[in-house]
Amino acid sequence: MGPRRSRGFWPLAIFFALFVVFLYGPMVTIVVLSFQGPEGGLTFPMRGVSTRWFANLFETQMVGDFGGSFLRSLTLGLIVTVLTVVVSFMAGLAFRRRFAGATVLFYLTVASLIVPSVLVSLGIGLMFRLLGLDPAWWSSGLGAHLTWTLPFGLLIMFAVFNRFSPAYEEAARDLGATPWQTIRHVVLPILLPSLIGVGLFGFTLSYDEFARSLFTAGSFNTLPLEIYGMTTNVTTPVLYALGTVTTGVSFLVIGLSLGGVVLLRRRRAGG
Amino acid sequence: MTSRWSALLLAAPLALILGAFLVVPIATIIVVSFFDYDSVRIIYDVVLTNYEELLLSPITWKTYLQTLQFAAITWAICLAVGFAVAYFLAFHVASPMMQTVLFLVCTIPFWTSNVIRMISWIPFLGRNGLLNQALVGIGAIDAPLEFLLFSDFAVVLAYVHLYALFMVVPIFNSMVRIDRSLVEAARDAGASEWQVLWNVVIPLARPGIAIGSILVVAVVMGDFVTVRLMSGGQSASVGLMMVNAMSLLQYPAAAANAVVLLVVVLLMIAAMLRVVDIRKEL
Repeated sequence: MGPRRSRGFWPLAIFFALFVVFLYGPMVTIVVLSFQGPEGGLTFPMRGVSTRWFANLFETQMVGDFGGSFLRSLTLGLIVTVLTVVVSFMAGLAFRRRFAGATVLFYLTVASLIVPSVLVSLGIGLMFRLLGLDPAWWSSGLGAHLTWTLPFGLLIMFAVFNRFSPAYEEAARDLGATPWQTIRHVVLPILLPSLIGVGLFGFTLSYDEFARSLFTAGSFNTLPLEIYGMTTNVTTPVLYALGTVTTGVSFLVIGLSLGGVVLLRRRRAGG
Repeated sequence: MTSRWSALLLAAPLALILGAFLVVPIATIIVVSFFDYDSVRIIYDVVLTNYEELLLSPITWKTYLQTLQFAAITWAICLAVGFAVAYFLAFHVASPMMQTVLFLVCTIPFWTSNVIRMISWIPFLGRNGLLNQALVGIGAIDAPLEFLLFSDFAVVLAYVHLYALFMVVPIFNSMVRIDRSLVEAARDAGASEWQVLWNVVIPLARPGIAIGSILVVAVVMGDFVTVRLMSGGQSASVGLMMVNAMSLLQYPAAAANAVVLLVVVLLMIAAMLRVVDIRKEL
């Protein structure tokens, strides 16, 4: 703070740097090790450099159903993203006014965040069993993921609407815009960067979700379930190759979303 | 008049989804926990045997104790780490741009796979891992340490790695809202940096600390993946006990355990809210 740094700055800065190393160090290690040579094992030293383990990943017999589970997780992630953005946005609009049951719905959303994932998974699995339905990733799995992504979406919408000035809407209304036109041409464009943020949470949380998928994915695994299965019976660096690929996908999505937000901000600032 | 109806309509999808996939499933768990079962099927009856067997078993108590212990240790470490990181970001990083960038640096791992993040400790902590190689290399130890991977130590390390962010974000959020003139006033009145921290920052960051604590405790209490992977099957947790019962098709037993866990977690949260009244402080 201020022109001169307080005495606490450097110890805290060093602590922060160590925290970042703690966060990213292991991730970097497995990316390096995924290029392990054909003779190499799960730990250092590197015995040569190869892309053999990545090639291995795409031979179906080696690691179960990587391609299928990858595709399912991507599809599910996209569906969850769209639903999370739409439902959170609608609920965000609703919570700006009073409506019957608003308090109950708010606490329910918070509960959805706090109730242990394994309970949600177990409950949905049991419910489908009692109803005589087969759980599947696109039905029970989708519902389970939404109970995890929607609370994040709604809390972000709360934060966004808290800072959103109603003057824009009033101006639109004064100029004769219908409620739908106001949302479509005024509210949505202004909030687009935040909605991209909500979408980012929707996709990444669904794409990586394990506990809530466990009893709800049905007979076809999503990617995290497949990876978990591999940890018990795969003892080659192919595990790291898989980690590198999925983390790469996550980083791609994060990069695209954040890039989109920065681009929108810049364009807006430029007028 | 119409706005009231449109608000209801706008909130309806959220209410329907949470009703169908949160409220009904939890009601199902409660109902099933009173069902009877044998080795092949659920018997629709109302019995208390599931709860009796669960609560009279010493294994249950041991497992709950171990899970509580994990939660307490993880909470304490996450609080210390999360507070320091949030404090640095909120009070020592001057430019808002830099603040956003560093905040994102902390957040990005949260958007990647938990299972992969756990696996990524293997090359570091394993018997022939980097840490052991380094310690042997500098002569600090003669033989590789066995307790690094597949131990309670590894479990707690992974918890902190995965969930410290749950503490950083709410505490940071509380701290950036603190009126800087209060800090200035304390300084002008002659308070040292420690006194400002203790008498101004910490009391005003309490809502964030409470929210972070609730998130960390809830997520550790319900965990089974981390315990399973990082302890190599040597430690137990309540969640793991439940998952094991499910894999043996003992659904009512798993459901009874789930109800007990839910009650325990809710009691813990209620206790934390008693210390800090979030609604009053927001």
